[in-house]
Amino acid sequence: MNGLIVFPVFLPFLAAVIMLLFRRNLPAQRALHLLSTVLLFSVSLLISGRVLAGGTLSLQVGGWQAPFGITFAVDLLSAVMVVATAFIAVTTALFSLGSIDEQREHYFFYPLMQLLLMGINGAFLTGDIFNLYVWFEVMLISSFVLLVLGGRPEQLEGAIKYVTLNLLSSAIFLAAVGILYGMAGTLNMADLAAKLPYIGHRDLLSVVAVLFLITFGVKSAIFPLFFWLPASYHTPPAAVSAIFAGLLTKVGVYAIMRFFTTIFTLEETPFIHQILLWASALTMVTGVLGAIAQYDVRKLLSFHIVSQIGYMIFAVAIQSPLAIAAGLFYIVHNIVAKTNLFYISGIIGRLAGSWNLREIGGLYAAYPLFSLLFLVPALGLAGIPPLSGFWAKLLVIRAGVETGQFLISGLALMVGMLTLFSMIKIWNEAFWKDDPRGNGHVGEAYYALGYAKKVMMILPVVLLGLVTVLSGLWFEPVFTLMERASSDLLSPEAYIRAVTGGGA
Amino acid sequence: MTVLLALLVGVLYAGGIYLILRRSMVKVIFGLILLGHAANLMIFTVGRLTKGAPAFVQEGASGLAEPYADPLPQALILTAIVIGFGVQAFTIVLFKRTYQTLGTEDLDEMTSTDRLPPGGSS
Repeated sequence: MNGLIVFPVFLPFLAAVIMLLFRRNLPAQRALHLLSTVLLFSVSLLISGRVLAGGTLSLQVGGWQAPFGITFAVDLLSAVMVVATAFIAVTTALFSLGSIDEQREHYFFYPLMQLLLMGINGAFLTGDIFNLYVWFEVMLISSFVLLVLGGRPEQLEGAIKYVTLNLLSSAIFLAAVGILYGMAGTLNMADLAAKLPYIGHRDLLSVVAVLFLITFGVKSAIFPLFFWLPASYHTPPAAVSAIFAGLLTKVGVYAIMRFFTTIFTLEETPFIHQILLWASALTMVTGVLGAIAQYDVRKLLSFHIVSQIGYMIFAVAIQSPLAIAAGLFYIVHNIVAKTNLFYISGIIGRLAGSWNLREIGGLYAAYPLFSLLFLVPALGLAGIPPLSGFWAKLLVIRAGVETGQFLISGLALMVGMLTLFSMIKIWNEAFWKDDPRGNGHVGEAYYALGYAKKVMMILPVVLLGLVTVLSGLWFEPVFTLMERASSDLLSPEAYIRAVTGGGA
Repeated sequence: MTVLLALLVGVLYAGGIYLILRRSMVKVIFGLILLGHAANLMIFTVGRLTKGAPAFVQEGASGLAEPYADPLPQALILTAIVIGFGVQAFTIVLFKRTYQTLGTEDLDEMTSTDRLPPGGSS
């Protein structure tokens, strides 16, 4: 019963369609949103259990054997990503129940969220490059609409930058897909991985590899291609920024990981890994320096997304088994911590009425417990033990040192310090110092909320904080899983066999 | 024919890139549309232009009779065109709304995302 693996795609689609039937009935939409994300989470756990027990699963849609049909395939990497997505989906559902205003809800906020999830899951599960393009577009068009929903001037401006650059990268992606098809005569990832060593035109192959790198580089915001991200991610409401920050860039990183380990291997295109290496160093440094200069909480966090992407790309570029496992752990850790920080920024906005660090203050005095909740992901992101970020950073850097990348590993350490510095900046300005507007200004928008809504906003923060702490404390079993995923990824024979070899 | 199409693709790419580098939003939209067409035509061209029969297996035969036209690039382009139209329609509406809200269509004047926000929450 491999049909199970299309459910992470099908379920959100079904939910979105049903929601459209209830377009005037907001309570029904809310309930359905929560229900479908919880279901999604259970299904993804089920799938991961299957993959853990029986290896890579694949489904040939319509019974057409690969490489002729449309393929869905789940290996351990995809399974981990789908579980992380579903978990973030559940928390975002909770958070948006607490924080999204009714007007946005009326303009199809929940169906759009579901379609976004469908696109993300589709991108993780597909085994075919052209389908990857289609899922990217599904994901992007929903994210475009979510970004502008509300129509405030800065949202529209941010969206223009976001939309233009993403459309440009889609056009490049399409061109790369076309050239690759012209060369290899197939777009099935497993089939490509098997055939690529035997085709001629090595120079053209390099062009294709670079085109793919540019595309995914734009999506995942690596060094020279990240400028759209800090210009747009801080403009929508916190629930939307959080899911963007947590998941959308990671889809790009996932694609880079998949492409440049399974399809374009290290022997195939060694120069790509050089490019990745230097791009990762520059991504880390520019991102964190950009973050330090900011005084808007959400913009500071947006720059941090960029900086953290650098670590993951660094791991992919080194490509030792340890590095890939560490990179995968880093992705999961970052999805959790980053989403959490954006939720918290949303709550800060409610509590303090502003995101400008110069204007706000005194949150610790007013809300000590909430301040502790901020510290968990903040220190986790900066890499303080025993939180998950410590292990993630430690392993990435260790993998770097083992393969002789001393310079970039050193840079990574330094960037960790600067990350800590910028988190302390938020702490000092927003939480520790006295409120420059005098006391009693704090929390007007927050007090206006009902009790249930407050719980809905705090609960996801607690949940994600717990994951950050627990995955740091019980690190060993999590990492064993990541190591298995990495060894699967670096020896793609099993993947190829599962997809092409009668795995219907 | 292939050379002609290759030149056309080149011209479309050049025009598209030139247009998206302009400051006017309208020109950016035209640029994006041209780039989409360029990519589609390119897939069409690299999928090999053969004057062949439709890709149907004849009755009684076990495979396709040569020469046949590869249907896959056309299927890919069809999908890409549909997606492209949808996204372009959205972009046009977005740019129009932005023009109405901000009162300018000069991309260099759109700097409010770089400024610190005033108070207020959402």
